[in-house]
Amino acid sequence: MAAKTKEILLDPLFDNNPIAAQVLGICSALAVTTQMSASIVMAIALTVVTGFSGLSVSLIRNYIPANIRIIVQLTIIASLVIVTDQVLKAFVFDISKQLSVFVGLIITNCIVMGRAEAFAMQRKPIESFVDGIGNGFGYSFFLLLTGFFRELIGSGRLFGAQILPLATEGGWYTPNGLMVLAPGAFFVIGLAIWALRTWKPMLKEEE
Amino acid sequence: MLEHYISLSVKAVFIENMALAFFLGMCSFLAVSRKVDTAVGLGIAVTFVLTVTMPLNSIIYRAFLASGAMAWIHPSLANLDLSFLSFLTFIGTIAAVVQIVEMTLDKYVPVLYSALGVFLPLIAVNCAILGASLFMVERSYTPGESLVFGFGSGIGWLLAIAALAAIRERLRFNNIPSGLRGLGITFIITGLMAIAFMAFAGIQL
Repeated sequence: MAAKTKEILLDPLFDNNPIAAQVLGICSALAVTTQMSASIVMAIALTVVTGFSGLSVSLIRNYIPANIRIIVQLTIIASLVIVTDQVLKAFVFDISKQLSVFVGLIITNCIVMGRAEAFAMQRKPIESFVDGIGNGFGYSFFLLLTGFFRELIGSGRLFGAQILPLATEGGWYTPNGLMVLAPGAFFVIGLAIWALRTWKPMLKEEE
Repeated sequence: MLEHYISLSVKAVFIENMALAFFLGMCSFLAVSRKVDTAVGLGIAVTFVLTVTMPLNSIIYRAFLASGAMAWIHPSLANLDLSFLSFLTFIGTIAAVVQIVEMTLDKYVPVLYSALGVFLPLIAVNCAILGASLFMVERSYTPGESLVFGFGSGIGWLLAIAALAAIRERLRFNNIPSGLRGLGITFIITGLMAIAFMAFAGIQL
């Protein structure tokens, strides 16, 4: 049992990564990663929601009529997201402002829906919870990786602290403004997927 | 007044393109962009649902959810602020509209219904739709502005996915490094398209 739980937890980290392998939850991965601090808050929020939505959906899975299951899942997820949003507004208001609509968009984040539909509807509550947390970690890994490169290259900072001295302030580093804009996010994720697929060749797809 | 609406729609189509500037609706954007005709079908469905749900959500938000909005029912409700319920309400409206659209099309326009097929129900969880409604609250658009903004964003999304699908159809004949094939190269192409759309920034009408 313990080995199986570990597998459910660790499998989505690299081998079955929600972003690189399952192509889920990409919107927010691109939008919130201009800074590390926002990425971390988003990663935690999504991991919590995915874990608990897996748990709740799995608990009532035998009572959900098949033809209205999507709306039931959406209601559960939306309620969890409302709680998360209120908590973020209460404790980290600045970052919550910065994340703007993307906290609300966790509702339609395909990772949460996808795991509820594909995993939690068939499995036991504890397994579903672990699966949700694992997928949250896989997403967090990609989010933090992207955030790291975008903030470091785009503004020479990490967590808002200056790492590379800027040329305008007497240092040597000229920030690459493209990285903080939309296209930079696409390039970083595209290259990260290339790197992951070179390391784990079984993820490659033929087209 | 008309100028304001035209300016808003141009902004929604090009400058603040849902897919390329805000990364909304990315999952279906990447998954359904293999062929041009399915991409266009999905784009039309998204535009339609956006155009219907945006003003509807705007009216619901203004009449029931915003702080003090329910004063018109009874003065004692003037202190009520239900805006925290907006996520749940919006997703409910969207799911309901998608369901109604699906049933209407099935009954009266079966050709279009079968052409859109599985994409119609999937639109309910397309984040471009919910995202547009949340932007509407954040920027306090009126119902009229929401209608224009919803239609414009839909057209912008349609343009972006049709262009990407056309590029990907051509891509089949290219020799791409094996690890980059599929998802990886699609991201990089989308990045290049986003750079092209950045050229629209700053246009004022």
